Formats: sequence, C-alpha cells, structure tokens
Amino acid sequence: MSPALPEGDAAPADGALPASVLAGAPSRDLGVYVHVPFCRVRCGYCDFNTYTAPELGGGASQAAYAATAQAEIALAADVLARSGLPERPVSTVFVGGGTPTLLPVADLAALLGGVRDAWGLAPGAEVTTEANPDSVTPASLAALAAAGFTRVSFGMQSAVPHVLATLERTHDPARIPDVVRWAREAGLRVSLDLIYGTPGESLDDWRASLEAALATGVDHVSAYALVVEPGTRMAVSVRRGELTLPDEDDQAAKYELADELLTAAGLHWYEVSNWARTPGDACRHNLAYWRGDDWWGVGPGAHSHVGGVRWWNVKHPRAYADRLAAGLSPAAGREVLDEEAARLEHLLLGVRLAEGLPLADLGADGRRRVAGLVADGLVDPAGALTGDAGGRVLRLTRRGRLLADAVVRTLAA
Amino acid sequence: MPPIPGPDAAGRIRPAATAPELLRNFCIIAHIDHGKSTLADRMLQATGVVDARVMRAQYLDRMDIERERGITIKSQAVRMPWEVDGTPYALNMIDTPGHVDFTYEVSRSLAACEGAVLLVDAAQGIEAQTLANLYLAMENDLAIIPVLNKIDLPAAQPEKYAEELATLVGGDPEDCLRVSGKTGVGVEALLDRIVELVPAPVGDPAAPSRAMIFDSVYDTYRGVVTYVRVVDGNLNPRERIAMMSTKASHELLEIGVISPEPQPTPGLGVGEVGYLITGVKDVRQSKVGDTVTNQSKPATEALGGYHDPLPMVFSGLYPIDGSDYPVLRDALDKLKLNDAALNYEPETSVALGFGFRVGFLGLLHLEIVRERLEREFNLDLISTAPNVVYEVTLEDRTVVTVTNPSEFPSGKIREVREPVVKATILAPSEFVGAIMELCQTRRGDLQGMDYLSEERVEMRYLLPMAEIVFDFFDALKSRTRGYASLDYEPVGDQVADLVKVDILLQGEQVDAFSAIVHKDKAYAYGVMMAGKLKDLIPRQQFEVPIQAAIGARVIARETIRAIRKDVLAKCYGGDITRKRKLLEKQKEGKKRMKTIGRVDVPQEAFIAALSSEPAGSAGKDKDAKKR
Repeated sequence: MSPALPEGDAAPADGALPASVLAGAPSRDLGVYVHVPFCRVRCGYCDFNTYTAPELGGGASQAAYAATAQAEIALAADVLARSGLPERPVSTVFVGGGTPTLLPVADLAALLGGVRDAWGLAPGAEVTTEANPDSVTPASLAALAAAGFTRVSFGMQSAVPHVLATLERTHDPARIPDVVRWAREAGLRVSLDLIYGTPGESLDDWRASLEAALATGVDHVSAYALVVEPGTRMAVSVRRGELTLPDEDDQAAKYELADELLTAAGLHWYEVSNWARTPGDACRHNLAYWRGDDWWGVGPGAHSHVGGVRWWNVKHPRAYADRLAAGLSPAAGREVLDEEAARLEHLLLGVRLAEGLPLADLGADGRRRVAGLVADGLVDPAGALTGDAGGRVLRLTRRGRLLADAVVRTLAA
Repeated sequence: MPPIPGPDAAGRIRPAATAPELLRNFCIIAHIDHGKSTLADRMLQATGVVDARVMRAQYLDRMDIERERGITIKSQAVRMPWEVDGTPYALNMIDTPGHVDFTYEVSRSLAACEGAVLLVDAAQGIEAQTLANLYLAMENDLAIIPVLNKIDLPAAQPEKYAEELATLVGGDPEDCLRVSGKTGVGVEALLDRIVELVPAPVGDPAAPSRAMIFDSVYDTYRGVVTYVRVVDGNLNPRERIAMMSTKASHELLEIGVISPEPQPTPGLGVGEVGYLITGVKDVRQSKVGDTVTNQSKPATEALGGYHDPLPMVFSGLYPIDGSDYPVLRDALDKLKLNDAALNYEPETSVALGFGFRVGFLGLLHLEIVRERLEREFNLDLISTAPNVVYEVTLEDRTVVTVTNPSEFPSGKIREVREPVVKATILAPSEFVGAIMELCQTRRGDLQGMDYLSEERVEMRYLLPMAEIVFDFFDALKSRTRGYASLDYEPVGDQVADLVKVDILLQGEQVDAFSAIVHKDKAYAYGVMMAGKLKDLIPRQQFEVPIQAAIGARVIARETIRAIRKDVLAKCYGGDITRKRKLLEKQKEGKKRMKTIGRVDVPQEAFIAALSSEPAGSAGKDKDAKKR
C-alpha cells in the first residue's frame, strides 16, 4: 500500500460493480486480501499504510478492528452477489500488514471465519498470514494452523545485525531458524522475506542472509531490493547524507547472487522477486495478482480487482471504520480498465512470471520486437523461438528480469 | 522657466518650413548602461515635449524587451524645440543602437547627424564600444560634445574621466559637461551647447530630393515606418517616392515628425528628420542606408554608404516541442518584417528535429531574436552553438560556403578560410597579462597597445571570429573582474588549420554536436563533448560508445555502460495501478525521446549539452543575458 492512493473515478457509495465484470468470470479464481494496519513500531524504510497507536478510536482501534473488517467482508459478499457474478468459493486468503500477528490469534481466526461464512473456502485453499519473527510463539503458530491458516510468511529481511539495525527491525536474527521450525511443526508452509541493498550492506552480508535463509530449509523465499520511498524516515536520512544508498549495479549484483544461491539450493524463480522449491510451494494468492484473477482487498487503503475494475479503500483506519459504520462502501476511488489499460497491465504483470507471457497476447508490434530482446539476451530463446507457434511464451532471462521494466517499455512502445 | 520657444517663435520652426540654420541634428553615443535613455528622457522633459506626468522611464525604448534589458535596439528620432538668445531651434535627437552587432545601423544614424553627444558614466569611464562609435563619429566629421553622466553618484570621478575624454576628443577637460540624467542637472546647459556646437545641416533645396533611410520599423497597424534624414530637396505628402537601390516606388501615405508621438506634417525640408509611411509591409522594401527620392523627378546619384547587412553568426534554432515548428516559422516570418538583417532557412537535425538555420549580425542579435521568439511568441527554443561562415576550397578548386558545421565537406580539402575580426579591448592596466593570456588561447594576434591613462589600456587584437562568438566575452569579463570592455569589427578572413569534429553515438553521427575547430583544439573539444554526453545520456539496455572523430579518425572515446537494473522489486495488488500509470507516463516520455541509432536520448540531454559552455561551466545563456 503506497502512501498515496491513485487518482481514479469516484466509487459508488454502495460499492456496486458494472456489468463488464461478468465477462470471463467463471475462469477467474476469487481471492481475499485482509490488511491489518497496525505495527508495534514503524520501521524507517516502511511506507505501508500502518499505525503504531493501538487506539485510533471507534472501529479503528486494534481491539475493534477484526469486527470492522468483518463488516467489509459482509459488504463484499453482498456486492459480489448483487453483481451477478457466479458464486465462487475463495481459493486464497492473504492477511498482510502492518503486522497481522499483532492481533490476537482469535481475531485472525474470526476474520478467516468471516471469509468462510461469506463465500466458503475452496478445497485446498491457501490461507497465508504475514508475521513478524518476534511476534510469534509455538503456541500462536499452532493456534493459527488450527484456525485454518496453511502458510506463514516471515519478515526476516536480513540475517546481519547491522543491516537489521539500519532497517530498524527489532527481531533477533538468531530466532529465525526457531520460528521456521515452529511453523513447520504446526503444519504451516513457510516463506521468508528478504531485503537487499540496504545502506551499508556488503555483498558478503547479503550472501550471509541468503545462506541463513536457506539453512532453515525453507521452501519459499521472496527477495526485494530496498526502495526508499519518499516521506519515510530513511528517505530523510538519505537526503541528509546520513545514509548512502547502494547504486543499481550493487543491487543488480545482489539480485544475481540471490538467483544463483537460491537456484543452487533447489528454489526456482517463478516471479521476478519470488523463488519456490516446487510449483506447489509458490504463493497462489500472489500468482492471482499477476494472472489477473479477482480478489477483494479488505481494510483501509486496500486495493481490489474484479473483472477489470480496480478500486482502493480510504487510507485512514478511522475514515474506513466510519464509512463501514454508516453502511457505505469504504472505496475511495476506482477505475474501470479500458482495453488499452488492461492490455498494458497484462503485459507488465505477465512478463514477471516464469511461466511466461504467451506471445499470442502481444500485439503484432510487440511480437516483432521479441527477436531483438532475445538478441540482447533479455528473453529466453527456448520459450520464444522454439516449439509450436501457439505455445510460445516470452520468458525473461536473469538479465531480462533485472531489466523487466525496460522490456515492458520496449514491448508497449 | 526653461527656454522653450513661445507660439510666435515656434512658427519659425514648423516642420517643412524650418530654415536649415535653425536645425540641429545630433545623436548620443554611449555605452549600454551609461544612461543614454534616461538623459534622453530628461531632454524630452526639459524641452516640454513630454511632461513629467506621462513620462515613462526610458520613453524612447518602446519594446518591453528593450526597457527590461536597458538597451536600445531600434533607433528613433525626436524633434524638440529649444530657444537660445531668443532664437528658436528645432533639435532632432537621433537615438542610436549601442551595440557592435548594429554597427551598420549606428553608422547610418551617425550619417544623419552633424553632431554627437559623447556620453560617459562618470563612475566608469569610456568603454570599448563607445570608443569604437566615437571613432566612427569622428570619421564622419561630427562635432563631438563630451559629457559626463551620473555625476550624482558617490563613486563618480568626473575630474579623472574628464581628463580621459579630453585626451580622446581633444580639447580641454573643462569643456566636458557634467550632467545627471537622474536629477536633470546640467541638461539645459547641454541643450544650449548642442545649439552652439553642432553645425546646421547643409543641402540644396532646389535639387531633386534625396533622403537617407536611417531606420525602418514595422508597426502592426501602420505597416513599415521609415525614418529619414532629408539631404536635398523636400518630400511631400501624396507624392510617389522611389527607393534608389531597388527602384521600387511607393505612394507616400503619410509624412511627419516624432515629438514624441508621430505628427503628420506638410512635408520635410532640407536637413529635416522625420518619418514616412508608404503602406509597405516588410522592412526589406525600405532598407536602412537606402536613398529615397521623388519618382517623377528622381536624383541621379544615391547617397553613399549603403550596403546590405551580412549575417556573421549562424545558429540552428529548434522548437523544444516539435509540434511548435509552424509557430516558429510564422514567428520568424513576423520578426523578419521588422529586422532586415534576419535571415533563415529550414533545416533538420537528427538530434533536434525540424528547425531553422538562422543568420545573425552577431551574438547580441542572436540573443535578442531568440528572446523575442520565446517571449512574444511563447516558444521554447534550443539553439545550437553559434558558428561563423567558412569558405572551404576543395582539391578541385570548388569553393563551398559552410554555415552549418554538419555541411562541412568530407572530401579532400585544399584550404579553409575563416573570418577575422579586429578587436579592441579596454581594461584597467593590471589585467593586461590576463587578457594577453586569454587572447593567446584564442589564437589572437596582438596588433598594438596604448595607455589611455596610467590605469587604463587599450589593446588591439586580430582574432578569428569563431573564437569570440561563443564565450569570449564571458571569459574576458571573468578574467578582468568585469572591468574589461570589448568591441570588434570584421576585417576579412584568413587561412586556418581547421577541422570538423563529429560526435558519434554508437557509431551514428549526432549532427547538432559537429563543430569546426582549430586542429589544436579538436582533441579538447572531443573529450569535453564526449564526456558531457556520457554524463547526460541515460544508461541503455546495451553499452553505448560515444566517440569524437575527425573524418574516420577517432580522437576521443567514452562509454556509457549498459544499465543493469530496471525493475520494480514489488508488484502486488496495490502496486499495479501505480505501476501502469507510471508506464503510461513513460510511454508519453518516450515520444519526446530522440532516437539516434538504437539509443534513446531525452531531448533535455541534448539541450543541456548545447546550452553550456565548452569549458564545462553551465548556464552560458543565462550569463549572456545578464550582460
């Protein structure tokens, strides 16, 4: 959730969806994202929509939050039903934040219960929560599993104390192997989130973090280059010259190292910043974003997408709670994608995936440029140039993944 | 009460009916900021032509741009009544441009006068351009009235500079008048002195009419307004006149004097100064220096001194937004109506798109035209580095005139000739060493040096014009803490060891950066330009070599390393809309990119590379405007 919401059209007060969402709906999965906008402390690099005060008043306080979010889930069920979309059980649920595990497990369980009541969960549904390594215990993880959670994603970020300190992360890196073990013992699948390119992080620091993550035997890793967003404390420190950002070459070298070590350990990239041991270890909820499925985002500042309509909720928890209390949709704005915008989104999301973007989905102009991208070493020739013409895909090479945005610009020009 | 002629006396100085002995035609020679326009304003007030209430500062400078820059681009003439010892006189003040670029116009203004007020700032002393115009006035046998202005300033040193003026003009320092344009002190004495010292015009009232055009201005409502000085005979309304250079004839729709607004009169007689309106729409049909005569009774011989203005400096002018090209074309067409020296041809550049190669009288002319285009026509422009005109003789003796470096012939070259100027530099003597060093690096040849006083020296150099058109004046100013002044005039050409340096981006020539430079400076130019482009052009998906080359020989090379990372790390549900909008914006941005070979270059990079000096200090244009 970036600090600034996009500019869009006004969203209807009742959240009603246009008839255009019906096209192709049966082939799209339905997912639910629940945003938990609370943290114990705010990290210096973080620009997510999150708050550290437990009391924001009314339905926005931490204690009342689960009930407030339930109200949006009920509204969502109603809107989807009225839109004429087919009834679909939910395939994936993802609780993110913020720090979801700051809420009592009972609250998280209640939220999941709300989803279940509204739509039902599909057999084998993936239910993930993000968690801070220092806000879980063996008991809390077992309770999450008992409540129906199947997956946990830990914000490990780094194994190196000075890097964690720069990121203002408070957890003890030594705790990581423990929390991974506890989660697995509870029957949860585990992912570790890492950040590279923190000011002061050497290539060896990064290697140490990757090796520490792999040593846990984890089956899923996400690795993100640090982006210093305007308005964060870290941005201020950089502007004052207290912190020096690594250059893009450094970040590129670290991405290459990550891909090398993770691949060597048997984790394969399936999205630019995500690696999984087997296809079944990939995060299905996130894949839904990139594949253009339907999902409803619950919570302040959360974004939703249903059949080519994107909308986003008001940002502040208090405003969010007030809207719901008044029986109104919390949406702040929305956009109904036209063909051109939908094509562009499909392109920019599709190229990020290892499964590749079908060449058939590119226009004639785009297809003509593929050979040049192959020649520049950005696109894998195997997928793009060989095999049956109908099955050819654009799949990025490692160098291509590092230049994915440039590839998209080339194809979209 | 100031001595302004009363109604009876005024009858003796009515336009078209004033005896030549009651006329005084004079101009004011002064440096840009020495207060000429302010003094002229005081004269208008003292003679009752304008009252203080309606006085705008610098009344005679009409265009906003002139008022803001404090300089006068176009001259004008104002008729003012004045009485001395009971005799009424009509004084015609002819305002002259103060800059070297307009030397030809200055010379025509001087030719319309019998006297000149040499106006010098009492705190600064004479400047090089003023000296050049003074010499021009002396060659024209004008009576010179030395005047020190701004005597109210605390820093004024009238004694010191009166000595200097006396040395230059001859005569006694005591003869030097002291005035303040600001307070008006001394202005009446100056008017008296003009009547006393400036000779009355002499001409033959019975001869076929001859009048010299000393200025020609396009007015939106009236068409071209032509300013003339009648030498022989007279001009009358409703008669047909002929231009002696073109033989074109026009009907005189209106004739009159300016005092200070145009007033139609029954005509203009011998020695008188005024304006003509014929309904022509283009100043080229009414050229400065040309002779006007009566078509039915034409003079046989034109007045001397006429020639067509020749552009000395060329620059490519391009709209930053390519879709403004038609606006630029129309704007140039309009400016041309008022600027006989402006000429241009369409040209295209790989880097800059569609534009014009424009010829100018000099650098100030270039700046003024550019500024007017930007201000009056709301255009954003980029101009290529100004260059001079080269004559290139090939092995087969064909001669090619090169006004654009990218047209420099590539074949076997026998010789290249470049224009040369005679430059006069006035500066405090402590800077002699610094100036010599500068001129040395600019291939200058010292012709002579004279001390105007113990502290001030006049240095004369022959310099290749190409060496002064770009940043010479800025360099001179910075080496002399702003004290040096410069004047130059073209004096012919010389053979020089010149080469064309091309800049290549991934092997493709970038035309806007080709330059004709001296062989010894080619390497420095190549290194500088390649380095600058390396810093300005964003990294691409592939390595981009930048080379500077003379023909096929590479003299300098830089490499823009390939970009390694261009990807958003996180692209989840809430990032998609933002990401797509960014991409849409980038797609728009790409339209404004120029593609050289496969290299995408933002136009800003070309602009930045062109708009700073070769020495690397940015903001050349800004500095130039401060002058």
